[in-house]
Amino acid sequence: MIWNTLLIALREIRRNLLRAFLTILGIVIGVLAVVTMVTLGNGATQAVSAQVASLGSNLLMVMPGQRLGPGRDSAGAPSFKLADAEAIRAQIPGLAGVAPMASSQVTVVAGGQNWSTTIQGSSRDWFHAGAWKLASGRLFNEGEERAGAAVCVVGERVRKELFGKQDPVGSQIRVKQFVCDVVGLLQAKGQSGMGRDQDDVVVMPLRTVQRRLTGSQDVAGLMISVRDGVSTSKVQQQLEGLLRERRHIADLEQDNFNVMDTRQIAETLSGTTQVLTALLGAVAAVSLLVGGIGIMNIMLVSVTERTREIGIRLAIGALEQEVLLQFLIEAVVLSSLGGLIGILLATGLSMVLADLMQVPYAFDPGINLLAFGFSAAIGVIFGYFPARRAARLDPIEALRHE
Amino acid sequence: MSLLSLQSVTKTYGQGQAAFQALAGVDLAVEAGDFVAVMGPSGSGKSTVMNILGCLDTPSSGSYLFQDVHVENLDRNQRALLRRHYLGFVFQGFNLLARTSALENVELPLLYRGEPVAARHAAARAALEQVGLAGWETHNPAELSGGQQQRVAIARAIVTRPTVLLADEPTGNLDTRRSHEIMELLTRLNLELGITVLMVTHEPDMAAYARRVVHFVDGRVDSDQRNTPRETPA
Ligand SMILES: Nc1ncnc2c1ncn2[C@@H]1O[C@H](COP(=O)(O)OP(=O)(O)OP(=O)(O)O)[C@@H](O)[C@H]1O
Ligand SMILES: [Mg+2]
Repeated sequence: MIWNTLLIALREIRRNLLRAFLTILGIVIGVLAVVTMVTLGNGATQAVSAQVASLGSNLLMVMPGQRLGPGRDSAGAPSFKLADAEAIRAQIPGLAGVAPMASSQVTVVAGGQNWSTTIQGSSRDWFHAGAWKLASGRLFNEGEERAGAAVCVVGERVRKELFGKQDPVGSQIRVKQFVCDVVGLLQAKGQSGMGRDQDDVVVMPLRTVQRRLTGSQDVAGLMISVRDGVSTSKVQQQLEGLLRERRHIADLEQDNFNVMDTRQIAETLSGTTQVLTALLGAVAAVSLLVGGIGIMNIMLVSVTERTREIGIRLAIGALEQEVLLQFLIEAVVLSSLGGLIGILLATGLSMVLADLMQVPYAFDPGINLLAFGFSAAIGVIFGYFPARRAARLDPIEALRHE
Repeated sequence: MSLLSLQSVTKTYGQGQAAFQALAGVDLAVEAGDFVAVMGPSGSGKSTVMNILGCLDTPSSGSYLFQDVHVENLDRNQRALLRRHYLGFVFQGFNLLARTSALENVELPLLYRGEPVAARHAAARAALEQVGLAGWETHNPAELSGGQQQRVAIARAIVTRPTVLLADEPTGNLDTRRSHEIMELLTRLNLELGITVLMVTHEPDMAAYARRVVHFVDGRVDSDQRNTPRETPA
């Protein structure tokens, strides 16, 4: 009975190709939209968390101004000085390193190649805090830091642009009016989630940058790494106390700097992308619903014709359950075909879009199953239940159906 | 014991004011192997009685015995199996599956009987040939004339070699020559295979092939006569 009914169901699909096509199309569109949007949203979330993880875990960022984010008021806030970094290092226990930072966007030249990049001035602690590893050469030493020597460590991207595949250690690059010895090459970290290339950087001692590039004693920010097992919130409190004192902030005045835990930043950012994913998912769910309504329409429009068909089959001697099984098979075949095509297209589309948007492609079996299940359910419900009503009629009533 | 028998069968359509009694107490017994023509004016209840005999419809009251089984006591599936294994029905309105080739329409009852592919195809082709439609196997109902559709419907009813063949105006759309061919086919099936035939017709010429003629008027059996069937040319 199963095989004959399967044959009958497949014949019925074949002879109504347009109806089959429209049913499949409805499901394909719904599944495609949901799976693609949610997959991309997940990719964006992953990218953000990956980027934050690459910052290192127990990090505090200290910036002048009141808070992070758009519209922050840093205009009146004085920047830091090197002495602040030294005071922090001396007075706050439990720190692994304090990296004062000053940076500048400049064009660097080597071997006839130009490349515009970020010059990051800092101390050796910067490498540790950012969890950087050397690919070759060495970091600058304490003497060079103190002297503000013209030495630098370059990122992988800068190496690629200026030196191609060669090892740059021992070569020189020209930065504005001065020439700088390359002493080390950093291992690649790759693209960050926000589309910024973290390897596109040249690191020099802070003094060198201050003297030769920014021309001031200002430190734009501090990156402080806390030892494992030390509470970052406690360190954060101590930092705030110390800096308020050093910056002469009265008791009732607000801070004119802010200290952020990178974990907090991570949570904020991934919170945002999760909201975005949920939003995209909601939009996509609507398209799934629209696809479902399309299917429902097709099924309901064909009910008259199909009721007559059911009448004929019953009159010829088909059992009610055979007719129902036939309709169930038709619905399942069409919806799963639509679901599969939808998932395949969605996989391709999300790979292409993930590549364009520079976020990782994150396959999520859950959403694929969910979209598939939902569309299959729609197909089955609207294919099967009208048929069930018709199959319960006397054959003659089904045949008379207008 | 008769093969089919109706006892005080009534059929009422609608309810209350709009109620209409299509059958007003029909008693009719048909012996195995008989060839019965059902005649009567339009609206006299011929199709209604055929539908009840074909287990497609249920009487409002009275009883219907198939052999010695009370059909009104059978459930839906049992009636479906009765149709599948014992009955062949030719509808007044053909009722072929749309967009389905003549061959597939004809083999459908065999599919539900679970016949293997080869037997199904052979039997369906033979049935189409018997109604003069050899070569039309792949045509859809929409590509066939009314008479051709009617013959596909007849082929579908006889392909299973049913115990009883119920035909509601099987020659209604056919020219005289085709009508006689179909009647000769029914006569052959009746004589050679012992298939009991009940046939509704308006044409005395066609009724002349039957051995018994039952007249309906206003939902009742008005007359019931034995008939000497006309000679079928050898
Ligand atoms: N579904 C229905 N609802 C209401 N009345 C019906 C229904 N089916 C048939 N009738 C009525 O029952 C009566 C008998 O109908 P039936 O189809 O049996 O006539 P018939 O003898 O086959 O006529 P014809 O020769 O025109 O085919 C008719 O008056 C018809 O109007
Ligand atoms: Mg009629």
